[in-house]
Amino acid sequence: MIDREQVQKVAHLARLNLTSEEETQFTGQLSDILEYFEQLSELDTSEVAPTTRAIDMSNVSRPDQLQPCEDREIILESAPDRDGEFFKVPKIVNAE
Amino acid sequence: MTTAAPVKTQYEAVIGLETHCQLKTDTKIFCNCSTEFGTPPNTNVCPICMGMPGVLPVLNQRVLEYAVKAGLALNCQIAPYSKFDRKQYFYPDLPKNYQISQYDLPIAEHGWLEVDVEDKDGTLVRKRIGITRLHMEEDAGKLVHGGSDRLSGSTHSLVDYNRTGVPLVEIVSEPDMRSGQEAAEYAQELRRILRYLGVSDGNMQEGSLRCDVNISVRPVGQEEFGTKVEIKNMNSFNAIERAINYEIERQIEAIESGERILQETRLWEEGSQRTISMRIKEGSSDYRYFPEPDLGPIEVTAEQLEEWRSQLPELPAKKRERYQSELGLSAYDARVLTDDRAIAEYFEAATAAKANPKLAANWIMGDISAYLNEKRLSITEIPLQPETLAELVELIESNTISNKIGKDILPELLVNGGSAKKLVESKGLTQISDTGALEAAIDAVIAANPDELAKYRGGKTKLLGFFVGQVMKQTGGRADPKLTNQLLTQKLNG
Repeated sequence: MIDREQVQKVAHLARLNLTSEEETQFTGQLSDILEYFEQLSELDTSEVAPTTRAIDMSNVSRPDQLQPCEDREIILESAPDRDGEFFKVPKIVNAE
Repeated sequence: MTTAAPVKTQYEAVIGLETHCQLKTDTKIFCNCSTEFGTPPNTNVCPICMGMPGVLPVLNQRVLEYAVKAGLALNCQIAPYSKFDRKQYFYPDLPKNYQISQYDLPIAEHGWLEVDVEDKDGTLVRKRIGITRLHMEEDAGKLVHGGSDRLSGSTHSLVDYNRTGVPLVEIVSEPDMRSGQEAAEYAQELRRILRYLGVSDGNMQEGSLRCDVNISVRPVGQEEFGTKVEIKNMNSFNAIERAINYEIERQIEAIESGERILQETRLWEEGSQRTISMRIKEGSSDYRYFPEPDLGPIEVTAEQLEEWRSQLPELPAKKRERYQSELGLSAYDARVLTDDRAIAEYFEAATAAKANPKLAANWIMGDISAYLNEKRLSITEIPLQPETLAELVELIESNTISNKIGKDILPELLVNGGSAKKLVESKGLTQISDTGALEAAIDAVIAANPDELAKYRGGKTKLLGFFVGQVMKQTGGRADPKLTNQLLTQKLNG
């Protein structure tokens, strides 16, 4: 279902550093999960339109009315680091 | 004997544009924060745009309306069913580690716009440029790199999230353009349309209109595209044109000297007028899009679509065509007048008040525009109403006043408004077209300048201009110039 290389790729995209043991473990576990879901493929869905959600609802929207947040201090304070009115983040190693 | 010169390969460029355009709403796309530009860092932030756990983004109705209107104006098909997706990437300009965008079901697709571009002989040729898609998304925040003005060498970065969540539409063109000029025309027409709609102010300096260019070159006749390069960081239409022209030259030179073109992103450097490599793209990025679970799908009903369609103004291309075919203006005049919707509407109000279109156009493009530029005013801000301009034009056309007098009284009308006719009457500025009155003035002038008369009769006919000037002086500029010329010539020769 899923091989070690794919696990490494997904880990890289999620910026996770996996040990060799973890790679083995997750390759097995993720394959089990995917195989389990694969049971759904028994059903013929060729006539069914794809859906992106389970709840039947659409067009939830709001008017364009200004309602500023009361206290930006709370937001700035809840960040791991700040510099005055800026959020401070570690050195960016890679742009992508 | 003939020596065959080696056939020089002809290249052509293949250019597509991705344009990000900020929508002119009061609040952000998914929360009630302000979109105001230039406020102190992190003042327009709230738990929703900061991506705090447990918050629920809700779509701003006006964003949908503006996106659909833009799609309609660009001749797109509006999706009856559309949705938002998460685009994952790790970069601190977004606090959530993903951007809410639209992936496989954008709100609008398959459109086009038309531009007029000059061919090699300088004649205007109409060209249709395809619009692949238009989708809604949130903007990202702004990074300030600490310890260095460049990313490399900085020890940390500071983030201002005011712009995070500001509504954008991204408009992707087909790779239909072949030159820097075509691309610049496309971008300008796109901005003109968005401004006409009132959905964006299209200000490139403030970043509310940003164009990224995809460009490759290939030998003429070759089907497949060359390796494409992305160019960013142009903040004027002129810069887009120059960046593309530079890049075409660079890529052709590289190919000719046997180099491989790298698929990369390059930055336009305004100072050195060149593009520099920013980073190599390693294959296509894997953004792992998936449907945004916090936002429901969008279904635009046929009724809603018709309502929005009925609210679209007449667009610049239509106006340009109509000004030429109905009002007899030149292509150039039509283009200048329709560049700005407010100017076009002013012009139309003047012609609706029976102004001669060509004359009204000249006044608007000439003296009035000069005044607006000098005073940094919009045409809607001046007391001179289009109806007054129509009056002024009529006074000149009917020979009641000369064009010169018209120019003389314009400043007063620009500042105070009011009626042109009344101003002319109160100042006694009506043109003297009465033969008797003019002859009297001419006789006086001739009598006062015997030397010049002798010289004129001796063959120095250039002195006619001197005499005309004297008659004008004598009459306070009110003499009918045509009649004056005619009568003067008779008298001087007689």
